[in-house]
Order: sequence, then structure tokens, then C-alpha cells
Amino acid sequence: METCSPFIEVNEAIREMGGEDLNNCMQCGLCTGSCPWRLVDGDFSVRQMIRLAQLGLEGYESDDVLYGCTTCGVCVQRCPREVAIIDIMRSVRSMIMETGAIPKPLQAVVGSIHSNRNPWGEDAEKRVAWQKELEVPVFDGTQEYFLFVCCTSAYDRRSQQIARSMVKILRAVGVSFGIIGNEESCCGESVRKIGAEEAFQTLAAKNLGLWGEKGVQKIITTSPHCFYTIREEYPGEDSPVQVQHYTQVLASLLAEGRIALEEPIEAMVTYHDPCYLGRHSGVYDPPRSLLTSIPGVEFVEMDRNRENSLCCGGGGGRVWMETKAEQRFSDLRIQEALDAGARILATACPYCITMLEDSRKTTGAEDKIEVLDVSEIVVRAMGL
Amino acid sequence: MIREIPRVGVYVCHCGANIAAKVDVEEVARFASKLDFVESARDYKFMCSDPGQQLVVDDIREKGLNRIVVASCSPRMHEKTFRKACQKAGLNPYYFQMACIREHDAWVTEDPGEATDKAKELVQGAVSRVLHHESLVPRTVDINPNVLVIGGGIAGMQAALTIADAGKTVYLVEREPCIGGNMAKFDKTFPTLDCAACILTPKMVAVGQHENIELLTYSEVVDVEGFVGNFKATVRKKPRYVDMDKCTGCGVCNEKCPAKAISEFDQGLSKRKAIYSPFPQAVPNTPVIDRDMCIYFKKGKCRACEKFCEADAIDFDQQEEKITLDVGAIIVATGFKPFDPSVAERYGYGKYPEVYTSLEFERVNNATGPTEGQIRLKDGRVPETMAIIHCVGSRDKNHNAYCSRVCCMYSMKYAHLIREKTGANVYEFYIDIRSPGKGYEEFYNRVQSEGVQFIRGNVAGVTDKAIGEDEKGKLIVLAEDSLSGRFLRVPVDAVVLSVGLEAAEGAEAVARMVGISQDQDGWFNELHPKLAPQATPSDGIFLAGCCQGPKDIPDTVSTANGAAAEALSLIMREKVEVEAAVSSIDAERCMGCRQCETICMFDAIEYDSALNVCVVNEAICKGCGLCASTCPNKAIGVRHFGNEQILSEMEGVML
Repeated sequence: METCSPFIEVNEAIREMGGEDLNNCMQCGLCTGSCPWRLVDGDFSVRQMIRLAQLGLEGYESDDVLYGCTTCGVCVQRCPREVAIIDIMRSVRSMIMETGAIPKPLQAVVGSIHSNRNPWGEDAEKRVAWQKELEVPVFDGTQEYFLFVCCTSAYDRRSQQIARSMVKILRAVGVSFGIIGNEESCCGESVRKIGAEEAFQTLAAKNLGLWGEKGVQKIITTSPHCFYTIREEYPGEDSPVQVQHYTQVLASLLAEGRIALEEPIEAMVTYHDPCYLGRHSGVYDPPRSLLTSIPGVEFVEMDRNRENSLCCGGGGGRVWMETKAEQRFSDLRIQEALDAGARILATACPYCITMLEDSRKTTGAEDKIEVLDVSEIVVRAMGL
Repeated sequence: MIREIPRVGVYVCHCGANIAAKVDVEEVARFASKLDFVESARDYKFMCSDPGQQLVVDDIREKGLNRIVVASCSPRMHEKTFRKACQKAGLNPYYFQMACIREHDAWVTEDPGEATDKAKELVQGAVSRVLHHESLVPRTVDINPNVLVIGGGIAGMQAALTIADAGKTVYLVEREPCIGGNMAKFDKTFPTLDCAACILTPKMVAVGQHENIELLTYSEVVDVEGFVGNFKATVRKKPRYVDMDKCTGCGVCNEKCPAKAISEFDQGLSKRKAIYSPFPQAVPNTPVIDRDMCIYFKKGKCRACEKFCEADAIDFDQQEEKITLDVGAIIVATGFKPFDPSVAERYGYGKYPEVYTSLEFERVNNATGPTEGQIRLKDGRVPETMAIIHCVGSRDKNHNAYCSRVCCMYSMKYAHLIREKTGANVYEFYIDIRSPGKGYEEFYNRVQSEGVQFIRGNVAGVTDKAIGEDEKGKLIVLAEDSLSGRFLRVPVDAVVLSVGLEAAEGAEAVARMVGISQDQDGWFNELHPKLAPQATPSDGIFLAGCCQGPKDIPDTVSTANGAAAEALSLIMREKVEVEAAVSSIDAERCMGCRQCETICMFDAIEYDSALNVCVVNEAICKGCGLCASTCPNKAIGVRHFGNEQILSEMEGVML
């Protein structure tokens, strides 16, 4: 057995960098037991990582341990001491970030943020390329809403459908909205979770500056991650902007009778709660109200739903990291959807779409089930 | 000798499933109905219930039964219940016999067939026995309304105050020069962190001033005779060599005394004078002269204290005194002593000066202690890192197997105080954290959030053998952190050993004196651990505080009030009924050999020298029968346990 001495300065540094609750953990292990990594035989143990961090012992900072966390929040939701575990992960990662010893794929992400203002290594000047033939109003302060398109929805081919769907719906309903364009930057949510605190703060300041300049008051996001971080993590006591996830906006429009879902979709549909929309933000009903209002849809829940939803595996920077084939949460999720009898697996997050689409293909479920964003389904049901 | 034709009623209890799941109760009842003299036999779900008791009452009245047997639980549970039922129906309660088919049968027998057979045997024994029972009448005696409390710590003080406030006279006997006990040595109290003195001194003053409390400090109870309601206690008052009536407590004697001794109150961490009060707020504040350390007593010269005492209170001629107190009830509140960690060498106590026991560390933290409340190393430096080691002497079969209950909490209190006073890093080495109390778990969390590091591991050793620069000049605590699976070397400046609690010095003598027993660890046994936690098997003797096991202050105060309530409930009855099933000595056959007097655990037998015979004091006798089996001349019999009764029962069981 290795002999070592506690290195309490590490503990202090973590607490200073945002992991204030570090010492409140009583090592009960509920986090480790509740963690989705238990479903795939993963090495990652939240409790063990926190323990090593508490005593400043080596081992907490390795790629497999520290960067295993998807920040899904199940542990935080259950922690009997209300320890903000994700803040601890984030601050330890920040500490590692300062040493430069972060995993390779994440180095590329941080580099891209600095040079392109998006994490995907894509050209900042091509941010609006997803619009193609669509006519999208440019936000100039006269519109009610600013549609904030997630970097993933902007650049990822599959995910672009979310942005395009939203434009189609909002235009069809006659909602006053616009998009700023190539000057936009990443919201910084996942960037912050990988420990790039400085980059996050810069992005937040840049975004708030741009929105202030353009007169943005109400934001619709395509991603729950952008929604969460703008609402919960952006600096300032009272946010100058009001932010909603698109499912909330569409559900309100539906309730007001402004959206007519009249094209039947004859299928068994289930819904995967994205962590950052559900557990982190408490938004469970709007996407369900949209789906259940579509004629022909037979809505069914998977075993793990709402607060107990299973993470897709893409949060906390994991979307940019390689996960062994046998350890992908999204594979399990596809199977769960199939077990529930669903033909359509709906969700409302670009990361979830990416992860679930991948698993649908790699597990050979392409003919059995469709993975669709709620916005895409609404487009279908509106006959657009 | 059977005077009337016995008409026996037998009742077999199901006790829900407790008995009926193993024993075929209907079969046992059928069997009993065929026994000689049995008039009626039946089974019933719960005999102890009101309708169950009513069955007995009605049958006695309607069927003219004159002997009752209930086959159910242990007589300890319900003998009184059924005796009362007999009495209610006009039958002498001693015409009742209980067969224990639950504890002695159903609960301990695997095979239902065997259990049923055994139940039959036990019932047959009870029926044979009850035929020979005689009518007995319990006696009543007067109760003296005064109460003796042994021990003047927080438990004894609280019990005394509660009784005195009810208008009854209390004698509070404390062997130290002043009251307050261990609590008076504490600094802060967990989890509220109010200072022990701030909450204790008002109580000490109240005790000192109470018109119904006679405070006997520097005194020890050396003998207790008598029985419930009528105890006679002998108290030895040690000479203080200071006249309590004259002394004003000015303290000039202490100032002028040239002789120094080690302060017991400060756990040896400071010096006191030969004439001293243990601490500034002592009650009474009359000092005592430590005869062993006093220069005058040793060399015949000095008397400095006498010269300077304006009140003329010094009295070198004072002698030990013995006084006798008549009381109806006694509360034992003799407290605890801390475990001595020097027997566990691995902690380095006594070897390294910076290893402290918890009680020493209390004094270090206390404003009236050796460092005036400042946490300093022996060389005056402020510690930068400290370790607190839990479970020293507790949860360890090599020392004490039990958990001392208070150490986790006081350890965390220290951690808080160290952080607050010095900012030092604190490591708590624990096995499990036990924090069951109001605000206790919350305190644990608070201390964690204050940056205290908790290492889950039983400490393997404390050493000064440094490896590397970081450890030089430090004590290194060695332990596995079982949470991370790493073996740790933690260099610290000082170590606090959270020692467990042990029964107080002299507990054994007290137990013998008042006729109570101790458990394997030396704590006093209560009558029932759950349902009679303050009473003892000796009527009129009650327990309060840590003398029955480790307790925190809230629990100590609760038990003290519980004991006080029980004592009050007894003395306010004015009369007490005493057991009729007692020994009697046939004066004709007694040779006066006094073997019975020696063997009796309850001091119930006295020797009458005039007649050269032994006599049983029926009020004290518990009817245990030890004397009867000891008597070489078979002069002693125990009522209700006569030879005929016991032999018939045995015959019944074995037939």
C-alpha cells in the first residue's frame, strides 16, 4: 500500500476555485452508487475522487477519474449534504487546466474557443451557414426574441435541423424574432465544466456585451446548456435578459392556441429528458405537452424519466471525448426506448441528439427507431 | 400439608405468535385439564390483556377456584399482574403460580413437538407446586422522607435540586473539596458551544444556597445499612483544616502558602498550593489543606496561612468526623473517570509532551486553566497542525469494548476551538462518527465546513521518527485512510487523545455498599435497561448520570431528573409494601454460626448476640434463598419457596 501525506493546500485551492462544499462531503457513497457509470462498469467513482481531492492525494486528476463526470447531476440531486458536486468537479478541473494537463481533445476545444468562439474548431465567419436557403431575420432590437442558436446546432450537420426547425416554426406562427449572426459566441457552459473558467468568463462578458449592444431582452435557446448557463451562471445579480428554452416558448404558444398540431404522427413516442433541461432546470412538462398534443402520437415513458432520466453521456465535456463502445450511456438509452416500445425517441438538446443518433447507428437500431428533436417533430406535426 | 381441597385453574397464553407459533397451546390446556385437582384449563390469546385477566377473576368467583396457574411469559413480566387479578377476585395472591413457557420454552426450543412437551412439563410442575402454596400477607413499613445523593457532579446536583425544590431534604455527598464533578473542568459544551461554567455555576450556587440541601463536600459515604424507606448511611467527613463557618473565602491563605503541589483539577498541567480551592468558582469556596503537601504537617513549622487568615478559620486540629444520615431513598451519581491512555503505548502518551488527553485539553482551553484558555505548545508556540484521535480506549476489546458516546462530539468541539483560536489545520482520526443528538449531526457538518479534515482510520501509531524535512520536529500520526485506501503519515505539532469513559474510581465499593451490581465494564446495572433505567434491583436505590454508562450532559441531566422523580415517587408514598416471600429463621434450630449473615447480599440478616441467633430483617430480605441453602443446621426456610413447594414442582416437571 502506498504511503503518502495529505496535501491540504490542494484542498484549500479547490475550495477557493469554487468547490466550496468539498469538506462537507461525508463520504456516504450515494453519489457513486447513483452515478450512471455504475451501469457500464466504469472506473469513475465520485466519492473516491472527492476523497482524494479532500486530502490532496494523487489520483483525483487522471483523465479517467476527473474527466469521467458528465455533470448529469443525479448525485447532486440526491446528496444528503447538498454538496455541489459539479462545482467541485469544475474547480478541480480548473486547477488542472492551470497546469495545462487537461486531456488532449479538450485542449483542442479550448483552443477553438479562443480562436473561433466555438468549441467545434469551425470558422466563426461560417456560423450562420446552417441557414442556407432559409430567410432568417437579423436581430436589430426591434424583434421580441433573439434566437440563440447553440454552436452545435450551428455547425453540426444533424443538429442544424433543430435551428432550422425553430426558424420554420417561429416564422409560421408569426413570432417576432431574429438572429444576430456571425458575431455570436458560444455560451460557454461546457467550456466552463471542463475547467476553462477564464474562457467562460470572457465568453459570458462578450455575449452580455453583444446582447446589450443589440438591445436583446428575451432569448430563446436551442440548447438546454445555453439556457441553463445564461440563467444560472452568467454574472450579475439580475440578468438583463429573460431566457427560455425553446420547448417552453413553443408550449406557451400551443397553450395560447397559436400553434396548431394537426398533421397526425402515427407512432409510439417516448421522450428523453436532457439533464440540463430536466434535473438542472426543472423543465419537464413543456416538451411532453407538445408531444402529447400531436394527433396519432401514443406517448410512452421510459423506465428512467424526469428526475431519474439517464444521461446521454455528452455533458461536462464528454461530448468531445472518446468513450469506449461498451461504456456509452446513450446505447443503454436507445435500448430503453426500444424496450418501452417507442418508434420515435424525442429529446430537446443538441448534445443528446448527437449522442443518441450515434448510438442508434452503432447499435444497429436505425430501422427500429428514429431519434428526433422535439422541434423537428413539431415541424412535422405543423405540416411545415 | 393441604388444608382445603384445591381447585386449580390453568390458563395457557398464546402471547400472539410468541408462544402459539411453537407450542400447541390447545394441547397443553387439554393436558392440564386432566391433571389432579385441576378444575378448569383453557388457552387464550393474551392472558395479560384486560379480558385475559378478567377470565381469571370470573373463574375464581364462578367456579370457586382457589389456586391459579398461568402458563405464559417470565414472572418478571407479569407475576404482579396475575397476583393482582387473584387479589381482585378475593384470592390471596400467593395462591398463584406462573409457568414460563415463553422465555424458557417457545423462544429457545427449535422443534414444536419438543416445545409442546416441555410446556406440559412446566405446567404440570406449576400445578404440583401451587397445591402447596400458603397464604402470605405482605408487610408495610414507613418511609423516611429524606434522600441521600452520592456524588456532586452535574447528575447529583441536578437530582438534589429537583428533590429539594419539591420540599424534601437532600443530603448531597461529594468526596472532592467542591461540587461540579467533571463538568466543572470542561470549557465549552457541544454542540451549542456555551461555556460549561456559564451553565454550571448557577446550578452550583443554587445547590450551595438551597435550604433543603445539606451539602457534605470532602466527605464519603462509607457504609449503608437498612432497606427501602429506611436507610442509615454513615458519612466520613475528611478534615479540611479550615472552619467552614468562619472562612470568608478571601483566598489570602492560598496566596501566602509556600508549598506547591500538582493540580489534580488541571490534570497535572499546573501547580496549586497546599491550601487550595480546586478552581475559582468552587462551591463551597472554603479551601482545604492537603495534609501530604502542607509544610506544617510535614515539618511542624510554617502556619503561614493561619498567620494571615483574618477570619481565624484555620484549624490544624480538625479531626475526621463520622455522621449518620437517615434517608428513605438513595441516588447514586458517582460519574466516570477518563480512560488512561498510557496503557496503550502506540499513542505515545507520557512519552511525547505534546500528546494530551481530552480532559487535559479541556483545561488547556479553559480560561481558568494552565494556559488561560490559549492553545499553545509546551514551548509557547501556536500549533500549525493538530491531530485528534477518536476512540482511545473505546470500541477496543483490549481496553473497553463499548462506545463512550461523547468522544466524537467533544472531539469535533475541539476541532472547532482549534480552528477558531489558532487557525491550525486539524485532522480527526475516527472509526465512525457518532452524532445522534439534537443539533449534533449539524455540528459535525459545521465542523467539516470549517475545514477540519476527517480521516477514517484507527490510528496505528504516533511517532517522532521523521522521514524527510516536512516531518522534522513534528509528531507523525500513522493511519490508513480507509476511504481512499491510502496509508497516511500526517505530521502534526500536537495530538489530542479522545479518551473514553470508565466507571469512577471506587465504583465497586459503592456497588457493594448499597447492594447493587455492576456490568462487565463496571457500570452500575439498572433494574431494566429500557423500562426501569433509573431503578436498581435494590428497592430505594436509584441511578443517575454516567455511573450507569457514558452519557452526554443532556442525557445525564435527564437521568438525574428521572432518578429524582423515582425517589420522590417513593418517599411521597410514606409507606412501602415489602415482599412477603422472605426467609425466616427457626430460632430453636439456629446455632448462631452467622454463615447466613456473611452470605446475604442484601445485609438482611442480623446477629442477636444476646440470644446467639440470627434474625431476618423481613423488610430487606429479597427471598433469594441463599441463606437457606447455606445454613448447616437447616434452620432457615424461605416462605413461598419451602422444600415441599420446590420438590413438588420438580416432581411435577419430571413426571
